Amino acid sequence: MKTIIKNCKVFNSDKDVVYVNDGKFSEAFAENEADEVIDAKGNTVFPGLVDIHVHLREPGYEYRETIATGTAAAARGGFTSVCCMPNTLPVCDNAAVVSGILKKAAEAGNCRVYPIGAATKDIENTELAELGLMKEAGIVAVSNDGKPIPNAGLMRKVLEYSSDFDIPVLNHCEEKSLGTGAMNEGEVSTAIGIRGSSTAAEDIMISRDLILAEYLNVPVHICHVSTMGGVRMIREAKARGVKVTAETCPHYFTLTDACCENYDTNFKMHPPLRTEEHRLAVIEGLKDGTIDCIVTDHAPHHQDEKDVEFSNANNGIVGLESSFALSYTYLVKTGIITLEKLIDLMCYNPSSILKLGRGGMNVGDDADLTIMDLENEFTFDKNKMLTKGRNTPFDGWKLFGETQLTMMGGKKTYEKLC
Amino acid sequence: MGLKSKDLLGMKQLTPEEIMEILDTAKTMKLVISSANKKTSHLQGKSVVTLFYENSTRTRLSFELASKYMGSASANISASGSSVAKGESLLDTARTIDMMGTDIIIMRHPQSGAPHSIANRIKASVVNAGDGMNEHPTQALLDMLTMYERFDTFEGKNIAICGDVYHSRVVRSNAIGLAKLGAHVSVYGPRTMMPIGIEKMGVRVASSVADCVKDADAVMGLRVQLERQKSSLFPSVAEYSKFYAITPEMLKLAKPDAFLMHPGPCNHGVELPTAVYDCDQSVINEQVTNGVAVRMAVLYLLMARRNNL
Repeated sequence: MKTIIKNCKVFNSDKDVVYVNDGKFSEAFAENEADEVIDAKGNTVFPGLVDIHVHLREPGYEYRETIATGTAAAARGGFTSVCCMPNTLPVCDNAAVVSGILKKAAEAGNCRVYPIGAATKDIENTELAELGLMKEAGIVAVSNDGKPIPNAGLMRKVLEYSSDFDIPVLNHCEEKSLGTGAMNEGEVSTAIGIRGSSTAAEDIMISRDLILAEYLNVPVHICHVSTMGGVRMIREAKARGVKVTAETCPHYFTLTDACCENYDTNFKMHPPLRTEEHRLAVIEGLKDGTIDCIVTDHAPHHQDEKDVEFSNANNGIVGLESSFALSYTYLVKTGIITLEKLIDLMCYNPSSILKLGRGGMNVGDDADLTIMDLENEFTFDKNKMLTKGRNTPFDGWKLFGETQLTMMGGKKTYEKLC
Repeated sequence: MGLKSKDLLGMKQLTPEEIMEILDTAKTMKLVISSANKKTSHLQGKSVVTLFYENSTRTRLSFELASKYMGSASANISASGSSVAKGESLLDTARTIDMMGTDIIIMRHPQSGAPHSIANRIKASVVNAGDGMNEHPTQALLDMLTMYERFDTFEGKNIAICGDVYHSRVVRSNAIGLAKLGAHVSVYGPRTMMPIGIEKMGVRVASSVADCVKDADAVMGLRVQLERQKSSLFPSVAEYSKFYAITPEMLKLAKPDAFLMHPGPCNHGVELPTAVYDCDQSVINEQVTNGVAVRMAVLYLLMARRNNL
């Protein structure tokens, strides 16, 4: 199968044509040899995006999302590689579940899926899971996302044992004794009478993990940083040479806790939306390299789990189909970062942190790419999403950076219908 | 005449003019309550339902009597004796009540924002009778009526509120309502029960009970739930009553004609010594009567809006 994408701008290159042969980027060939010629209409071809923090919900919660629907959403968002968190039912804490996820992902064929294993059995924070066997089965990292490891001694063992197998550890940082509230603790939570979760809850666990990583000289990756204190401590740790990497999500640099004022549960997630000063600190962290990547924490929920009292609602929002457009519109269009930096944050850096080897566009590399329209504004419409979840706070937002086409290994995984 | 909104969700949503209209109407309603024939026809042919997910004596009964004094058909549902106990969602329950031709649903719920989440999904008017730690607007209105009967204006008056501020929807509604009418609210309680950022609601956070009640025109005690001691919010009842109660000595620091209020139910000997509860300055029992008057006024003004549309 030979494909030509013509009439395009190729990211970070002066080329205007892309040649794909047998699933790989290839040398130029004649147009009449091509099985398909795609007219990119002047839009930009990027390497396929990489999201190292998503919830695909399968096995066990197929009413929220399946691997097939979640990866279709990923493709629509321009992603060709995603890493899925282990809080499924059963939990992804053994090689059999890992293999099952990989099989389903291959059948769907929408996106590369790299499972993340649970660090401890059943995410119960008592005994180590079989990290080595899961690595053989295909995990790229371990995490107890959402149920952070509360005990410093256990966290130390997870970091040490994982390092034997060169498995990155991703930690959702929230000290639960300070962080059980349904939104950020502050003047908004006080005014609307919702129990708050403090920034101290996040900062305390980030500081613990930084101290352990430095003490043991092992890497640690901090999930979805949302606080000023977190950004500051990670910046200082990096300057000292601590092997720390960090991520944040589009909602932490586009929204604040003021959005919760009307009890709209589409603004409820963990960590919670913070105040403006924290939002600005996250942006500063993205600018100066303290935060290495943008992830979505894509967390589809059923309508019945969100259409309830605020404190009863599940945490999390979907994100795969809005992430690039939000990041492009709010970080690049505004002049805060360059387009090159955005692709570092959404492709090269996450790929490198989990050693996925993605993002290449040289001859012989897998043809993972996405075509984005950077010129025309579009309205983000929740009813057009391919995820099963409808829990997005961004419905109706006017954005730039709409995906036109996504290709994984030379196969079209998404194409916008005109 | 009537309220601007279909619902009464909180003091946040009321304008100063609407608050004054409710208080003035309540003064008239109080005449009905004190008359021999407690009957008006303002709600004749209308139906009012109370939907309570939490226990209540005075709020529920005063709403029920208020609606009956004005001639409405009224009914009560509580979480334990309804399909809520079978797991029916709040929205489904609210829609079910709505579809029976209900005009006004009066709702109490342990979670903040619960009435807001149904109000724009049903035709009936929703009255918030207390939602979690958020608001209890008719309590604030009855407190304000009690003050209004003694003040000619709220402007510049000092109101002291002492107790468990963190968990109190009464404080939030009073702080918002009183600030809208120009009164100065001071609050005090154990730091463990003082929510972060409360000063942004326009209240002064005092440094002691004495500092809070000094020169106050009205003093309000708040119920402290004794089970909070188990979650380390205070060490013992003895210590709480020693350092945080409104004692006769403390009350002397207020203005000479100041009066004492409490939303009830009161833990005698904890937040208020019984001697204070029963003292000449106490208007706690009158607050109860005013509760019925204010709720009659709210139901009347909500129905006036419905009739005008």
